[in-house]
Amino acid sequence: MVQALVFLPLIGFLIAGLFGRVIGARASEIVTTGLMLISAALSWFVFMRVGYGDGAERIMLGQWFASGGLVVDWALRVDTLTAVMLVVVNSVSSLVHLYSIGYMHEDRNRPRFFAYLSLFTFAMLMLVTSDNLVQMFFGWEGVGLASYLLIGFWFQKPTANAAAMKAFIVNRVGDFGFALGIFLVFVLTGSVSYDAVFARVPEIAAMKVHFIGVDWNAATITCLLLFMGAMGKSAQFLLHTWLPDAMEGPTPVSALIHAATMVTAGVFMVARLSPIFEASPAALTFVMVMGATTAFFAATVGLVQNDIKRVIAYSTCSQLGYMFVALGAGAYSAGIFHLFTHAFFKALLFLGAGSVIHAMHHEQDIRHMGGLWKKIPFTTAMMAIGTLALTGFPLTAGYFSKDAIIESAYASQSGAQSYAFILLVLAACMTSFYSWRLFFMTFTGNARWGHDDHHGHAADDHHAHEPHESPLTMLVPLALLALGALLSGYMFYGVFIGEGYGEFWKGALFTGENNHILHAIHDVPGWVKNAPLVMMIIGFVVAYIFYVRHPHLPGQLAANQPILYRFLLNKWYFDELYDFLFVRPAKWLGYQLWKKGDGRVIDGMGPDGIAARVQNVTAIVVKFQTGYLYHYAFAMLMGVAALITWYMFGGAH
Amino acid sequence: MSHLLSALIILPLVGVAALLMVRGESDSAKNNVRWIALFATLITFIVSIVAWGRFDPSSSAFQLVEEGEWLSETIRFKLGVDGFSMPFILLTTFLMPFCIVASWVSVEKRLKEYMIAFLVLEALMIGVFSALDLVLFYLFFEAGLIPMFLIIGIWGGKRRIYASFKFFLYTLLGSLLMLVAIMAMFWTAGTTDIPSLLAFKFPSGMQTWLWLAFFASFAVKMPMWPVHTWLPDAHVEAPTAGSVILAAILLKMGGYGFIRFSIPMFPEASLYFAPFVFALSVVAIVYTSLVALMQEDIKKLIAYSSVAHMGFVTMGLFTLTSQGIQGAMFQMVSHGIVSGALVLAVGVVYDRMHTREISAYGGLVHRMPLFAIAFMVFTMANVGLPGTSGFVGEFLTLLGAFRANTWVAFVATTGVVLSAAYALWLYARVVFGTLDKPSLMTIKDLSAREIGLLAPLLILTIYFGIKPGPVLDVFAAPTEALLKTTQMAFDAAHLALALQ
Repeated sequence: MVQALVFLPLIGFLIAGLFGRVIGARASEIVTTGLMLISAALSWFVFMRVGYGDGAERIMLGQWFASGGLVVDWALRVDTLTAVMLVVVNSVSSLVHLYSIGYMHEDRNRPRFFAYLSLFTFAMLMLVTSDNLVQMFFGWEGVGLASYLLIGFWFQKPTANAAAMKAFIVNRVGDFGFALGIFLVFVLTGSVSYDAVFARVPEIAAMKVHFIGVDWNAATITCLLLFMGAMGKSAQFLLHTWLPDAMEGPTPVSALIHAATMVTAGVFMVARLSPIFEASPAALTFVMVMGATTAFFAATVGLVQNDIKRVIAYSTCSQLGYMFVALGAGAYSAGIFHLFTHAFFKALLFLGAGSVIHAMHHEQDIRHMGGLWKKIPFTTAMMAIGTLALTGFPLTAGYFSKDAIIESAYASQSGAQSYAFILLVLAACMTSFYSWRLFFMTFTGNARWGHDDHHGHAADDHHAHEPHESPLTMLVPLALLALGALLSGYMFYGVFIGEGYGEFWKGALFTGENNHILHAIHDVPGWVKNAPLVMMIIGFVVAYIFYVRHPHLPGQLAANQPILYRFLLNKWYFDELYDFLFVRPAKWLGYQLWKKGDGRVIDGMGPDGIAARVQNVTAIVVKFQTGYLYHYAFAMLMGVAALITWYMFGGAH
Repeated sequence: MSHLLSALIILPLVGVAALLMVRGESDSAKNNVRWIALFATLITFIVSIVAWGRFDPSSSAFQLVEEGEWLSETIRFKLGVDGFSMPFILLTTFLMPFCIVASWVSVEKRLKEYMIAFLVLEALMIGVFSALDLVLFYLFFEAGLIPMFLIIGIWGGKRRIYASFKFFLYTLLGSLLMLVAIMAMFWTAGTTDIPSLLAFKFPSGMQTWLWLAFFASFAVKMPMWPVHTWLPDAHVEAPTAGSVILAAILLKMGGYGFIRFSIPMFPEASLYFAPFVFALSVVAIVYTSLVALMQEDIKKLIAYSSVAHMGFVTMGLFTLTSQGIQGAMFQMVSHGIVSGALVLAVGVVYDRMHTREISAYGGLVHRMPLFAIAFMVFTMANVGLPGTSGFVGEFLTLLGAFRANTWVAFVATTGVVLSAAYALWLYARVVFGTLDKPSLMTIKDLSAREIGLLAPLLILTIYFGIKPGPVLDVFAAPTEALLKTTQMAFDAAHLALALQ
């Protein structure tokens, strides 16, 4: 069954990818979506069996490669952590497949689109079912490839191409650390399989290792290197720059890959490797600091963005930061719980945004929206649910998972505890503000659309100018996700982080002897428990004042604080900084090494130099050939004289 | 005594004899030439499969050995294969038919001579990988230069004369030093028999000089930085099939030389010089990747990328770990398939547009979706994506390097970022974007012949990415045997040091 649910998407990919043009777009849609739905149903079944029963298993598929002491297998590992991920990945993926039938109906290249979606799903499933680090790396880079292909799906757009490349290359920077981490794990433990590696963790924790000239604690450096991969994939601070640009891809892609699943792979990785991370308090502190910084940073940028998808993208980035704070605090299940609920409400928000974009004929700037609730009431309602869940409205999904994270930050013993707690609380306020800002600007107030903004579609008769509600294939996924956004927190709180913890996880998440964080979060003071709620209300009220009651206020504020505004609008100038620090120097260096290094130095002193010397000598010889007879006669005489001299002094006996 | 290996060497030459009998320049004569050449290479491939069937990969000994009188009592005609050489013979015989088919329509001028050059080249390359006598090896190794020199010089592009002389100068200079070393080895050991030389212990001081002399030759062939500059020129000027052989087989002779001679015969010197090789390798990886980033010619970019990939090979070999060596050997086979395929893919568009300037292309995917798919798969294999053959070698060599020296692994691993940068940028500029260049408006997608060329390579690239065992495991037995003997040599040397 596990094999089926992992490989059905691969079959879908192959059918749509290889025969898409033969069987047509409709058949490709049906095949891939149908297989995904089966796969999703199987995942829920596995989830129930593993989470609530005793169905953890390891399925050996075959050997990948082996050399010396290194053995890498293809194997599927299913425990509760995997089962949770299976449910997240396949549920969202099947809904996104379904949604895309409606969203992409005008695109000629639908077979390719659905093939890529299924390919992505397969790679993601290989990632979450991996039994060793190398297979995880396979899925890791596989989802990177699918992400690259889907961001660049509209390959005629230069911005989409650039964004796709950026995503792949920035992720490769993270993978650079991941790969080194795998090498180090192998050198330390002689294996890359989780069980074998985890068994040796106690030894590693006490070991010192020499890496690039520095003596490190073995567990710490291992975790830091592996975490670098997580930072890339989960778009954490410093390696986040690709995620907002990734919004160039079609919106269903953003929902599936860049909100619900792929970007959470880093969180999954840390949780999966919790036995190693537990052994290094230093690494956990680092994880917490990076998570808190990202949560805060992305939230500040989200405050001022005007592209509907970019606002949600920064929100995703920020929420991923929350998850890492939970991991850093040792509350792995809280991180995974937020991953789980976030998948529903963030996919809902993205697909809702897609519905808005669909309604607005590809308009994405919220400054050109407004008053849409009358036109697309269903979408509006769905977005409202998503927003409530994201901001942590009581009893919605985010309320349970996000608050647990903030409490875990407070209760943590980590050195970064107060840093993380303060930033998360501030970020919660900003989250509420930008979410409601998005909502108000899009759906309420006066319509700011419909006049001269509709370039491109103006001549297109079959599009009415009026925004219209989306077809059923798009609305049904929204409704189902909304259900998840409302209920998943309440329903699963108990087993994920409550009293059902031990029975549910069955050791899939490791916690050390001194890790009592899950108990500690129940004992935090009342004001800590209420802080997120207060922040949510403040954010909502400010957004309401700014965008409903006094819409002129935001403009005034921006005008009063031009430096801060530009700083945030330009995303803290990271793109410019990296361009200056890495892209330009690499190109400059490449050019110099080519022209000067290869051209002037190596060729100049080597083959060309020799050729040139030969030419010089010939030129000198040519000079001797003057054509005057007496020159030759003189040379001949000299030669004869030399010969006689040599002969006389006994050269020839 | 089996005669399979000599049959493999002779079969292409039989093809040459048949070609010599074809007279005239008519179309039917040309067709005969093509079919004879293809037939000869296919038969050779089939016989190599037979040889493969008789080969026992679990043994590290030389197999299919045959021996005959030759120059003297001690310098004999001796052939044989082990796990290090067998895969390269198969790679050679496998790729040869592709070269013939790739030249099917694109070569018009002196077609017969062209095919003869390729068949002679094939015979010589098989000779290189099967020779068990040092002099015989040298003969094949150097003679291989001549047909390649002619292929570039006669059927090459505009600057073919410059390129072919550069190629000749570089490789010849290296080889002369190797010849001197071979003579020295003969005088010391009294034999040129390779199995005997493998068992012979050269004095430590002498190892240093012999190692350097062999290194001069193999480093040029690899090519290693800084003696790599002949490759981009040779690549760009060579006709497509010539480039395939150059990238896929000729570059591998250097790596083969290291594993056949330098490491097992001069183990102490290899250990001594390992940091030097590491330094050159990581410089090659970073330096040539950066240079590749800025190239304006597609083939030149691929050539620089080859140098970077060969950097992984030399790095892996000298880690003297099983992962490093097996990974390096696998990387060579994988690179043979992938770079061969990339060059063929470039040939596809070159045949249509007669330019390799990156800026002349853009948006090919709109008219050439099949080409776009094939080129994407090979690009991903080139950047070492897991699931393609490119990953396994890169991963294992880096792992080996990590065991040997973390700095080396650290710097070399940046190669995975840089390779992604240059390869994807190339892809984006050639295949993606809008198709707005008038010259490209009528460009046609892959023909049936071109699909036939690229599809098998594509399948192998993915197959060996998911299941590298059939190739990787062949290297296991000789690698373990080699590591054992080198370890013994080190132990003995340490003992000697201790006694002093």
